[in-house]
Amino acid sequence: MKPAPFTYVRPKSLAEALGCLDDDGDAKLLAGGQSLVPLLNMRLVRPTTLVDINALPGLATISPTPDGGLVIGALVRHTDLLASPLVRERTPLLAAAAAHVGHRAIRNRGTVGGSLAHADPAAELPAAAVALDATLTIVGPAARRTIPARDFFVGPLVTALEPREMLTEIEIPGPVQRGWGFAEMARRAGDFAIAGVAGIVTPAAPGRGRSSTARLVAFGAGDTPLRLPGAAALLAGQPIDRALARAAGDVAARECTPRDDVHATADYRRHLVGVLTEQVVLDCAARLGS
Amino acid sequence: MSVALRLTVNSRTVERTVSARRSLAEFLREDLGLTGTHVGCEHGVCGACTVLVDGRSARSCLLLAAQLDGATVTTIEGLTPGDGLSPLQAAFRDCAALQCGFCTPGMIVTAHELLAEDRAPTRDAIREALSGNLCMCTGYVNIVRAVERAAAALRGERA
Ligand SMILES: Cc1cc2nc3c(=O)[nH]c(=O)nc-3n(C[C@H](O)[C@H](O)[C@H](O)COP(=O)(O)OP(=O)(O)OC[C@H]3O[C@@H](n4cnc5c(N)ncnc54)[C@H](O)[C@@H]3O)c2cc1C
Ligand code: FES
Ligand code: FES
Repeated sequence: MKPAPFTYVRPKSLAEALGCLDDDGDAKLLAGGQSLVPLLNMRLVRPTTLVDINALPGLATISPTPDGGLVIGALVRHTDLLASPLVRERTPLLAAAAAHVGHRAIRNRGTVGGSLAHADPAAELPAAAVALDATLTIVGPAARRTIPARDFFVGPLVTALEPREMLTEIEIPGPVQRGWGFAEMARRAGDFAIAGVAGIVTPAAPGRGRSSTARLVAFGAGDTPLRLPGAAALLAGQPIDRALARAAGDVAARECTPRDDVHATADYRRHLVGVLTEQVVLDCAARLGS
Repeated sequence: MSVALRLTVNSRTVERTVSARRSLAEFLREDLGLTGTHVGCEHGVCGACTVLVDGRSARSCLLLAAQLDGATVTTIEGLTPGDGLSPLQAAFRDCAALQCGFCTPGMIVTAHELLAEDRAPTRDAIREALSGNLCMCTGYVNIVRAVERAAAALRGERA
């Protein structure tokens, strides 16, 4: 197998990289290559220029923010995300999600930005980003903009990125979201999930009259990471027990929108979303100690 | 389009000009004659083409040679002593952990990375580490055993 011919460029600055995208409307960014190169090899995509962003400075860093959150550069590799004590401390959900991405050799190259920009509906990091209420920073020829993760994913492999734009970083807000849960079902370790669920339960702020809230996001169960607002609403302000978790799972199974494909039927995925939601909700509650 | 490269492969400096669309796997096999790196699926799934890039395992079918200017690449040939076998290779032989041998270079490179970080991996950790490497022949049991035996040998124990 051999990709169709292309011009290879390795810009040294963000401005230069954006310039390359500007010069060729059929250019594509190359980050870890773990999703793009298989598509090139099979000639499912035929960009005329490959813009290798691996030499861009400053995009492979993980920085703490004053509110207890994190800013993660687009070029941070999955392996480095997993190895980072800051990530484990401040965004344990993201660490759990990254551990499920592919195999070690894939995680050594694959990047956070590539995973989000590729937007596979069964991918772990997009779902975790939505559950964590992350904000993505995008730079383009004219300006720099931010977009909430929940608005970034538009369809299977389609995002809010315009052709001449690049994702540079993802910010996860603090304080640390301790009530997290993550579960997926895959046939073998490292396979894409058949279906999975990521969740955050935020406890009521003491003395402020605000009740607890939840964000639940399914993956492999719709065209994008899929928020489960009905199931989350059921949990709001309630003490979580097994019966409530089960009820949330039932609602989640009804509100997700999976499809049949070669890996599993839509019915089986719906069943999984129900069971995994129940498990994730209980895990969130257990971690909060409620 | 062609790209000029200078990189280190198995401790030797290599300078070549390659086509932009040449994969690292093809570059190693066809330009450098290092045919120990095997090519199976060419889309990242089988693990036969696994090499070390700057010390970390990577699929050589998913890297362009053009990306590796300045990099350090180690293949199965680079993990093989001048005479004899490495502890991992010896364990694979002793445990009958290979039949046709197609998957073996990728298995050994992957296990090498694991044992470099963890001299006493659990059986589950070994299975997890090798989960991205497919073997059509052995059924894996002996491969896991071989990695356990190599780990013991590296710890100075007899397994
Ligand atoms: C065998 C195998 C198993 C895998 N298993 C999983 C799995 O279980 N779960 C999972 O989520 N993924 C899995 N993956 C995919 C892997 O996670 C990829 O690393 C990831 O999806 C893409 O990241 P990348 O850095 O490799 O991106 P690339 O392949 O380099 O790029 C992917 C796409 O994103 C674009 N892009 C990259 N970076 C940017 C940016 N900064 N801004 C804008 N656009 C950008 C590219 O142009 C391209 O269209 C697997 C891959 C393989 C080969
Ligand atoms: S040939 Fe590279 S993973 Fe199969
Ligand atoms: S020994 Fe034949 S593929 Fe593993």
